[in-house]
Parts: sequence; C-alpha cells; structure tokens
Amino acid sequence: MGEIGRSIPRVDAKDKVCGTAKYTEDLCPAYALTAKIYHAAIANGWVERIDIDDALAVPGVEAVFTCMDVPQLPFATAGHPWSTDPGHRDVADRLLLNRRVRCYGDDIAVVVATDEVAADRGLRAIRVEYREEPVAVTPEQAMEMAAQGGEPLHEAYADNILGRSQYQEGEWPADTEELTAAKGSYVCQAVQHCHLESAVSFAWQEGEKITVVSSTQIPHIVRRVVGQALGLPWSRIRVIKPYIGGGFGNKQDVLTEPLNAWLAQKLPGRTVKLCLSREEVFSATRIRHPITIDIETLADQQGNLVARSYNAVSCQGAYASHGHGIAANGMTAFRDMYRQSQALRQQALTVYCNVPAAGAMRGYGIPQETFATEANMDDLALALAMDPLELRRKNMMLPGFKDPVTGITCHSSGLEECLRKGEALIDWQAKRQAYAKQSGPLRRGVGMALFCYKTGVYPLSLETSSARMVLNQDGSAQLHLGATEIGQGGDTVFAQMAAEACGMRTEDIRVVSFQDTDVAPYDSGAYASRQTYVTGMAIQKTARLFGERLTGYAAGLCGMAPENLRVQGQHVVKQEDGQPVISLEELAQEAFYSLENSVHISAQTTNHCRSNTFAFGCSFVEIQVDMPLGQIRVLQAINLHDSGKLINPALAEAQVHGGMSMALGYGLSERMIFHPQSGKLLNGNLLDYKLATALDTPDLQAVFVETQDPTGPFGNKALGEPPALSLAPALRNALLHATGVKINSLPLEPQRLTAAFREAGLLEGGEDHV
Amino acid sequence: MYDIEEYAAAASLADALNRLAARPELKIIAGGSDALLKIRDGKWAGCALLSIHGLPELQGVAMDEKGDIEIRPLTTFGQAAEDTLICRHLPLLAQGAASAGGPQLRRMGTIGGNICNGAPSADTAPALLCLNAVLDLRSAGKSRLLPLNEFYLGPGKTALEAGELLCGVRIAKEDYQGYHGCYYKYSQRRAMDIANISCALWLKSIDNAVADIRLAMGVAAPTPIRLPQTERALQGLPLEQGQKRIANLVRQEIQPRDSWRASREFRLQIAGEIAARCFAAACDKIQGGKADVSNR
Repeated sequence: MGEIGRSIPRVDAKDKVCGTAKYTEDLCPAYALTAKIYHAAIANGWVERIDIDDALAVPGVEAVFTCMDVPQLPFATAGHPWSTDPGHRDVADRLLLNRRVRCYGDDIAVVVATDEVAADRGLRAIRVEYREEPVAVTPEQAMEMAAQGGEPLHEAYADNILGRSQYQEGEWPADTEELTAAKGSYVCQAVQHCHLESAVSFAWQEGEKITVVSSTQIPHIVRRVVGQALGLPWSRIRVIKPYIGGGFGNKQDVLTEPLNAWLAQKLPGRTVKLCLSREEVFSATRIRHPITIDIETLADQQGNLVARSYNAVSCQGAYASHGHGIAANGMTAFRDMYRQSQALRQQALTVYCNVPAAGAMRGYGIPQETFATEANMDDLALALAMDPLELRRKNMMLPGFKDPVTGITCHSSGLEECLRKGEALIDWQAKRQAYAKQSGPLRRGVGMALFCYKTGVYPLSLETSSARMVLNQDGSAQLHLGATEIGQGGDTVFAQMAAEACGMRTEDIRVVSFQDTDVAPYDSGAYASRQTYVTGMAIQKTARLFGERLTGYAAGLCGMAPENLRVQGQHVVKQEDGQPVISLEELAQEAFYSLENSVHISAQTTNHCRSNTFAFGCSFVEIQVDMPLGQIRVLQAINLHDSGKLINPALAEAQVHGGMSMALGYGLSERMIFHPQSGKLLNGNLLDYKLATALDTPDLQAVFVETQDPTGPFGNKALGEPPALSLAPALRNALLHATGVKINSLPLEPQRLTAAFREAGLLEGGEDHV
Repeated sequence: MYDIEEYAAAASLADALNRLAARPELKIIAGGSDALLKIRDGKWAGCALLSIHGLPELQGVAMDEKGDIEIRPLTTFGQAAEDTLICRHLPLLAQGAASAGGPQLRRMGTIGGNICNGAPSADTAPALLCLNAVLDLRSAGKSRLLPLNEFYLGPGKTALEAGELLCGVRIAKEDYQGYHGCYYKYSQRRAMDIANISCALWLKSIDNAVADIRLAMGVAAPTPIRLPQTERALQGLPLEQGQKRIANLVRQEIQPRDSWRASREFRLQIAGEIAARCFAAACDKIQGGKADVSNR
C-alpha cells in the first residue's frame, strides 16, 4: 500500500554506480572468438567479386564468410510483435550479408578471428570488386532515379517508394480572403541514438540450441527474427538480455543478433562475439528518419483554425526497418493535437535511398512532426499578431477527443495546467513584451511548444504482456517479466507496481532483470512508452492473483476465510483490524516444506491490453542569441508533463532530464552529414557528431501535472518518449522571438544561423564586415 | 585492442635518441592521445612504438636567469594549464592548453605531441606562434633550434627529421614581457571538441596605441599561422582604431577552406569576430580589467 508515488532509489542503482552490474561484454568469456564486419565502400551497386584468400592467411583468422555464402532468407528487423496476418507484417528486405549494396557501410563480409587485432588485419586483407550504380541520398533523388529507369534499391519497390498514406476531412475553403495563412517547409535532419553501450552480442551453439546474449530492448522479438533469418524453429533460439546501457529505439531493432547466431551455427562449439565500434553504430545500425514536412494552416481573424494541410516525405534509407510507420505516426499526431473547423488534408510518403536505414528512435516520428507543427503554429501566431500561447489554447485537443481513424480517446488531460504553470515559471507575458524590440548583437527570446503522445501501440499493433510471480523461501517474491529494463528504471517501477497490487513491500520484490526467452514470460519489450502501462496491467493482474494465493494458503493454515485476510508488508493480516496472522517468511517456509500441503506458490497471467490514452506536455525556454557568432545559449529550459499518475516521481524527473538532453542536441547541434555524391557518412564519430557535453547543457527543469487516467493500471500514462518531443521547436520559436528570423531546418547550428542572420541583414553594416 | 607489433620504453633521453638513430621508423608515443587514435584508425596499425613517456629529462617548465622560459615536451595540457610560470607569464598558452579535449585528454596529451602532430587545429599552436616559440630539436649527435613558425609544412607535416625528437620549447623574455592577450577557441561545443577556427592575440601598447601585436590562428590555413599583414596594418594604430579594423583585416588575410565541417564564409565570419573580441579583451586587460572572452 502506498508503494505508488514513492521516490525510492532505483533497484539497480548501486550495482550500476559501483560497476558490479553485468552488461553483455562483461559476461562474454575471454576465450570467445571476435567477429568483425567488412563494410561496403560504395553506397549503391553490387559486389561482383570478393577475394578472401589473403584474409584467411592472416594468423589468428579462423574463418571468413561473405555475402556469397549466406542463406537466401529475407527477414524483417523491426521490433514489432509478429502478426498472424501476412498483410500486417514488417517488410522482409534484409539478408545476413548483402551482395546488393544499398548504402555506404552495408555489411558484405565477416571475419572471425582469435582476437580483434587479427580480425582487423583480416578485414584489411579483403579485396572487393563492385559494380557501381548512381547514388541517391535524398528521397527526391531516389524517386527521380527510379523515374529515369534506374535500378530500384529493392526489386519489389520499383519507384523506391516504400509506403504512402493519405487522410482527408472536409472541403478546402475556396475563398481564403478573410483567412490568415501560415505556410512552411520544415526540415528535420538525420540523427543517431548514441546510446553509451554499443550494439553487442555473443552467441554459441550447444546441441540443437543457439544461445544469443545481446544488448537488446526486445529479447522475445529477437528470438523470433533470428529463427526466421536462419530458417530454424523459434524454440531452437534462446536470447538472453543482461543489463543494457541505453537503446533509445536503436535496440528496438534486431541488429547484430542474426549474423552472430549464424556464425555460431557455422562454428559449432565456438563462442563468437560481435561488438560494433562507435563508428559502426553510426553508419551500420539505425538512425532517426530525416523528414521534410510541408504545412499550410488557415485561420480566421480570431485565431480559430479553419483548414490544415500536412505533407511529409520521409527518408527511409537502405532497408525498411520500421519503415512507413514513422511517417504515418506523425500524421496521426498532427491530426490529433489541434482541431480545425473545415478541412484537413494529409499525405505522407516514405522513400528508400542510399543512406543507413532509419528505424525507431525515441518519439517515433513525433519529434519531426512536433517541430514542424509547432514551428508552423508560431508562424501563424506571428501572422495573426497573436500570442502563440493563446493561439494554442484556442485550438488544442480537449478531453473527450477521439481520433477518427485509430479511435484513441483523450481520457484525461493536464495540458492546460501545464501551460499555465509554464507560462508563470518562464514569466511569459513580461518577457514576450520585454524582448519584442531589441537591437545589438545579443538578443533574448522566449518560446514554447506542446505535444500529445500515445501510450503503447494499441490498436495499430498487438499489445500483450505476461508476468509471473514466485514465492521465495524467505517470504520475498521473484517477479519474472518479458518486459525489459534498458536504463529507464523499468525494474524499479515494476517492483513498486507489483508490491502495490499484492500488498507486499517493494523491497521484498526481486525483479529478475535478465530476460532469458527460455523462461521469461512473453512481452514484446521496451518501446512505445508502453511498459508502465501495458506491462503494468499484467503486473497488477498477476500480483493481485499472487496476493490471493498467499492469503488462500494462510487461510488454510489458520482456519480463517481467505476473504477476511490480506497481505500487508511482510505479513498476512486480518482484513478488519490489520492484526498479523502469520509472517510471509513463516508462510513461505510452511508452503515449501510442509509435510501435509507443500505448494510452490506462484502466479502467472497474460493481459491483453485493449486501450490507449494520450499523454501531454510542453516546453518553455528562454535563450540568448549571440548573432555574430551564431550561438544560442539556453538560459532556462522547462519541460512540463502530464503523464498521469507518477509511479516514482524521482525516476520520472530523471526520465525528463534525459529526454530534454536528447531534444537539446536535436534542436541545436546534432546532424549526420552524408557526402552528397558517395553517400559516405562524414561525421560518424563522437568528435565530429556534436552530441552536447555536460558543459553545453543548461539546468533542465522538470515539472509534472499529475492526472489520474481512468485507463492506466495505476492512473499512469506514457512518459518514456514524451520528454524528447517539444524542446527543439520551443528553441526555434524562441529564436524567432529573439531575432525575427524563421529557421525551419534543424539543427539550429551556428553556420545555419549566421547565414540566416546575414540574409536578414542582421550582420551587415559597420566596418567589421567584408 | 590496439595493433601494436612492438613496444619499447626508452630508459633515458640518450637511449631514446640512439634507438631512433638506429630505427628511424619507430613511432614515438608520449601521452598517447594522438598515437593511439592513429593505431586504432589503422594508419599506424602494426607499428613499432618507442615510448618516451615519463622520461625526466623531458618534463617540467623552468625559467632561466635571463627570464627565458623553457617548456619541456612531456608537459601535459593539464600541467601547462595550471603551471605557475605559464599562468603568470603566458596566460594565452594556459588558455589554449585548458581548452583541449576533456579532463582525461588533458592528463594524457602533451605539449610536445600537440606541436609534433602538426594539426591545423592544435590548441597550443596559436599561442606558441604569438610567443615566437623556438623548438629545441635533437637527434643522436646533433641538435638545432628552429622557430615554430618554420616548423609547420602542411596538414600533419612538420620539419621534424627522421631520428629527431623535440626536446624543449623556448620562449624568450622579450616575447612575453609587457604583452597582454588571450586565446579564443571557437568550437561547436564547450568541451571535448576541436576548433572550427581559433585565435591567439598578443598585444603591447604604448600611449593607447599598438606598440606590437602578434596574431595567430588555427584552422585558418593548412597549418596554424601568424597573420603578418594584419599585424603590420595594426602596428602603431590607436587601440580604438585597431579595434574597428581588425575583423576586416583578418577576413582579408586568411584563406580558410570550405569543408563539410564549416564553410569558408562561416569561418571568415567567425575569424573576424573572435579576433575583434580578443583585441577588446587585450585592451581591457591593458586597462586593468578582467574580461573573459574565452567562452568556456
């Protein structure tokens, strides 16, 4: 009781801080062989010949396999639950190694050696001959290339278009004379997750079974995909997930595991490790989709939205991964966040091109959509000469809203309260006025942006989760889940939720943190901000049943009716007065070792979740712009969130800090740069890719407005991804306020800024300039 | 795991020079912050390393009886940034050293390595150029003194000959006494980054006019450079006029390259601006102020 809402320390904090927590590489035996991938040095074409003789002669090299050797079993890598409906499945467009090269850095061969040095020497001894095709690094180029009769990236998609969707409501107004328009093309760049721990796995085959230990968010899905990629029954694959050092969606994709499992199969009895370097994580895993979004909004003179159009073109990269789902998700959020009186027109396109595959990344298409939508709302407010905050209040989603396509309903909203608090904390009204007319090279501005976000993937995809609780001899309980701790604090809130539902203390719930698909109950994993909601439901259901079994056994021992008993802390107590009847330890000892009635008390249930709900929030920022240097200094950054009831407020705050940090990089400095002709990633390392350091990060302020959501197991809603959504557009809008300059492309980096300031005449004049 | 075929640690400076004379292909490792990267990249894969790490003859900062300062090459960035002599007499060098990388790199990387690596972005180079630093280069049985300004030949290319080792960096008293100035590193991040462009300025004034000015930049050319035209144009000007003219002069003199890291136009914009800010900060110090322009 009272376990929900407690800011207890993370259950894994001590081990992670002291270095005793075991991650994948910590567990890999020292005798394991090392595998290293040979990456393509062209972005589009074919491997014609590959010469591995010299590589095989390198001392220490045990084996070399190439794209000519792999099974021809295309598989899909997206971390989605399997669909029994073939029409609903992810696109299976990958092989373990590729003869058909589709991006610079594509995997085409692999060297297995006794150590890294030998493997690297082996890689340097491989000679490849290619047949090159023209390179398309943008969707426009890829569509043009296909239209000119160029070879498509994938045979099944002759026009290089992976997916498209449309939605329309009402008639676009014929007479727009009385209306105010805001129109813009908003460009979101490619970024990488930059999780601290690399993509890493090791695998071995023992008898019929291949075991893969991997840093993944989705162990049960990895098991299925490895089975599919190798053409083996899924039960022959066992996946173990230890602690993981961050994933942010990159590890919601199957990455090294299928190739690693195949190597184990080719080298039976040997353990093989496959650990990607930071550079490989950049160029050969997944990235966030670059999306260009054109928006036009029409409003009446009072600021009521009349008609809105949204046109997104999403760059998929070389392989489908999560594919069109990202762009489609953005369409839904645009439709949901604001309402309009007359017309809504939407279209989204996802296009293959010769850059690394884009996949899932924290926010799943919504950071792009939110940047575009919220920038456009500020452009509209400027055109209407209206307070941006007032414009949003007039038009934003209200409780009771129901999406016409998905049916997802707004069951609770603390958004208005978030806006009210943010407005006060940043001193909005005073600063909007104070910074309205500035001169000189240093300018200040305040800006804001808001968002809505779904909780889990129902009804687009299956939402199911299972949990198991098992009594220990000392009266504590194990909690087995298929859901995964990936650094977000999952295990801690799982323990709190189980304790709350069964009556035990959180301290007495031992979460089994390592998932082993041979024994962990099914759950599709950590993504879509789903686990406290979807897994939470399964935990609640299981823990209640477990509590009943404890009281049931106690009732038998003391001759009382089970309904007159409950679990409270470390005891079974009387319902009426809370007087202890038996301690859980005594009960457990009896249950395990009784000569009359020995029972291993446990409970397992599956919860098939058939609901969804919107989480909300907003960002408010104040910045100072040094125009001649093109630099933005963030003076204050506040995120305000309605994520329903918080299970652990301290962890929730930490989650917001992490998301804001990610959004800060997205907004100000991060960008993957591809060579326009060769398609090669130019800045695939942490020196040239400008991830913010601690010194670049301002104080991050997290504020919560707690609502009690009627659909959440404990009144809770999504929080994993929402913190990464609204800060970037808030920064862009603050820059607009400070300088009057609209920058519609991310990131807001110095070179882009100085060029825009020069164009706006803000750097001209004076003797200083050429 | 690093692909190092052979490794030997020199027992003394003489031992190091003898080994280098016998096998000029040996790669020198001091702190390792550049060498290990080159090995990891594959450029130096399979190399034979000669370590001078920890050699006492190559450590320390000292002032002789004339007031000249010698910085030995194994002085780390961190030591240089906190050294009493450097902080007192060569503050712009202390700033340059403090701006390199992060704390770990500053404990590993050395001033000697920063010079010999020959990178156009080397954080200590602009300051040392302003200070007219002279390099003490030795090989077995031979030694020579070479001004730093003549040491850089191209990106990653220096005048260091086979078998030669940098053994000291000398700065004469007349090159620092009476000067004021600072180092400005313009980078995308406030830590753990390389400069897009950097500037060191060293100014001596008499009667509110420029008596001597030295201006050096990183990443403005294939090597760190002095800006002699700008220096000459500013010579003798009242400080106030110098302040107005410096940005434009810098933009006319340098020829930065256009690359994916930064455009030429952007580098020109920033170069002029940071030179002007350095000039303002130097003037402020001359007038007893404590303005900090370093943006760190």
